[in-house]
Amino acid sequence: MINLEMTEKMIQVKNGINGMAKGMLRPISRYYDENEHMYPKELDMFRSLKIMSRPKKKKEGEEKKSDKPAGKKLGSNLAMVIMIEEMCWGDLGLLLSMPNAGLGNAAILAVATDEQFERFGGKWASMAITEPGAGSDSGSITATARLEGDEWVLNGEKIFVTCAERCDMAVVWATVDKKAGKAGIKSFIVERDRPGFKLEKLEHKLGIRSNDTGTYVLDDCRIPKENILGSPEVKQTSEGFKGVMKTFDNTRPLVASMALGVSRAALDFTKEKIEERGIKLDYEKNPNNVSSLEKEFYLMEANHEAMRLLTWRAAWMMDNGEFNNLEASMAKAKSGRYGTLIAQKCCDLLGPLGLSCENLAEKWMRDVKITDIFEGTGQIQHLIVARNVLGFSSKQLK
Amino acid sequence: MEEKEFSFGMSEEQRTIKETVARLVKDVVSDNAHDMDEKKAIPPEFIQKVWELGAAVSVIPEEFGGYGMEYSPIMNTIILEELAYGDMALAIAASLPAMFLYPILEAGTDEQKKKYIAPYCDASFKPCTVAVNEPRFKFDPVSLETRAEKKGAAYVINGKKCFVPMANNSAHMLVAAQDDGTHDLFIVSQDNPGVKIGEREKNIGLYALESYPVIFENCEVPVSDRLGGEQGCDYGKFLQKTRTALSAIGTGVSRASYEYAREYAKERVQFGEPIASRQAVAFMIAEMAYEVDAMRLMTWKAASALEAGKDAKRESYLAKLYAGEMTMKITDYGVQILGGHGFIRDHPVERYYRNGRGIAILEGMATV
Ligand SMILES: Cc1cc2nc3c(=O)[nH]c(=O)nc-3n(C[C@H](O)[C@H](O)[C@H](O)COP(=O)(O)OP(=O)(O)OC[C@H]3O[C@@H](n4cnc5c(N)ncnc54)[C@H](O)[C@@H]3O)c2cc1C
Repeated sequence: MINLEMTEKMIQVKNGINGMAKGMLRPISRYYDENEHMYPKELDMFRSLKIMSRPKKKKEGEEKKSDKPAGKKLGSNLAMVIMIEEMCWGDLGLLLSMPNAGLGNAAILAVATDEQFERFGGKWASMAITEPGAGSDSGSITATARLEGDEWVLNGEKIFVTCAERCDMAVVWATVDKKAGKAGIKSFIVERDRPGFKLEKLEHKLGIRSNDTGTYVLDDCRIPKENILGSPEVKQTSEGFKGVMKTFDNTRPLVASMALGVSRAALDFTKEKIEERGIKLDYEKNPNNVSSLEKEFYLMEANHEAMRLLTWRAAWMMDNGEFNNLEASMAKAKSGRYGTLIAQKCCDLLGPLGLSCENLAEKWMRDVKITDIFEGTGQIQHLIVARNVLGFSSKQLK
Repeated sequence: MEEKEFSFGMSEEQRTIKETVARLVKDVVSDNAHDMDEKKAIPPEFIQKVWELGAAVSVIPEEFGGYGMEYSPIMNTIILEELAYGDMALAIAASLPAMFLYPILEAGTDEQKKKYIAPYCDASFKPCTVAVNEPRFKFDPVSLETRAEKKGAAYVINGKKCFVPMANNSAHMLVAAQDDGTHDLFIVSQDNPGVKIGEREKNIGLYALESYPVIFENCEVPVSDRLGGEQGCDYGKFLQKTRTALSAIGTGVSRASYEYAREYAKERVQFGEPIASRQAVAFMIAEMAYEVDAMRLMTWKAASALEAGKDAKRESYLAKLYAGEMTMKITDYGVQILGGHGFIRDHPVERYYRNGRGIAILEGMATV
């Protein structure tokens, strides 16, 4: 039965994480923005948190536990989007820098064999897909992997890798058979200390400066045969590639909630300033009879609520074992774009306060922009949504 | 009260009712909405068919003539969306009794409930209506210019209202007025000599829905007909419910425009391929798809608060604000995607565009 009133448990999680974000992330937010790439050592205390862990292995014959929350238990995906919103209300760059919780870890969690999970589970893994010539079109990557005896030999260049320096290893995407197209693309776990693996440079960025985005060069980099994630077999279909892309159905709502968190930080700060000036937001008057500032604020709040509900729905569906490819992209399409617009508008309403580095509003406006770019740009999300609702293939709608 | 599970999923019952209303809308309305609009009338048998679903009467306690089923604002938003998906004029017309009866049920004195509810819990639809909107620039439901002044045993109402649906056929109407600084609702009989119903209005949309201006000139209403008697009513709550209802209606109209444009765009070929194969068109369709969903979710969110008996001031305000903005955007896209054909009245998108204008502007047209 439909009920969108938050439960006590949800409120508890939200308040708990918000307290932590306020106490631990906000105080160091500006410092690590100004000291680009410096590892935030304060985050070390999160290292022992098993965020990307697997449930205890069941004995053979025992049924796999489903994600579906039993009764009123809070589903793990819904809990996750709530937590990420609060953490990013604290600081998005710092959230991305949580040890052992990289995008690579999510991929490992999703597809690694038990043996691999045993070996790599406790380490920090970045995800290296993007190349200079392959961004949105991740199926066109050109890094190669070739099997030589018991080893894979990797060659290529990977750019814009989140946590490139502070991670222990990278999940690198490469093709084992260029002629096979997407079917030939596989992912490999490459430890940072393998010969032939080099961190080439770190980028200077618009926002999320506390995070180290970098370039890897792989030059005849050799890794053991067992470091391939998933099956080495090249099937004629692109099922394997689609499988990897499915990881993103799970992570898109997470990026959407990053946008929720950063833009809410901006909204909360703006509201504080509005109220300090003695303006009362009463949520009652005809919105055309209030000041432009108030109306703009109401519209932002409405959009923020819409972002959140779309995001929570995608997460809730996942918790209930429902296929959410469409809803995950809807969430990210809306949140990435409107989160960005909200943070910009807040700076506008704040006037000179929205330009000054004395407070964090200008930083939020820089930080939030990435949520409409990584893990599929806003345009790519619109493509996915449109294809879905039109029933069009990628050939029918390019 | 035991805490409910947080859920986006419909219960069996919610799904069944949604499907029932959807079927009725398809059978009765779909092919006729255009005709109703052209002829500027809703055939009474259509309204009767919706009435026979019994949605309004079902939640009225047996002692007042209903079936005493559980009252659910969420269920009401589901029903309103489906009705408005078929036709917004019909949705408002058919739910007028609820608009009149629910506030009485919630805030009325025992005497008011006994007197006014039972006659409407009938097998046949009887119109009754609500007068909230005023024909003026800067109209605001929380600072009404219609005044009610207490004089002895009566309130004297003066002011102008507009967009009062079916006023000429309604024996009773609820009238919103300012009364000593607060806002209240009054139960007014049509035959009160202080009530003057004007000429049927001509508006941009909702051609099929008869609506009238109503002028109150020293209209004396017994004190006992102020909703809630001595206590008055919670006018804020009244607005919360009507705002939630208008959001549901906006969702329905928008969904109709979205689905029509989407299917059209798949069929219409220009430059050798369906227009939907072009991103400029496809991205509009994608936006329509998620904004319709977002509107619905915001409506449900406000309705969830109401259903839990909580204050839904912020939620209902934001839901209506959003629905108002988005209905205009989506119904505009609907016309745009059809191009010149969208401008021609053979296609319904121009009607959705005209009707959709009302969501942001109107207040108090339906309730949950
Ligand atoms: C800070 C940061 C961190 C990142 N972290 C990682 C990471 O950890 N791992 C990783 O692998 N990558 C990462 N990325 C890369 C990121 O995922 C890509 O930048 C993104 O997918 C877009 O690719 P691109 O930059 O090459 O842009 P392009 O693909 O060149 O796109 C340019 C523009 O064209 C639009 N466009 C592209 N194709 C289409 C189309 N078919 N239809 C309509 N419009 C289109 C895009 O929306 C965009 O507006 C990161 C990037 C940044 C900036």
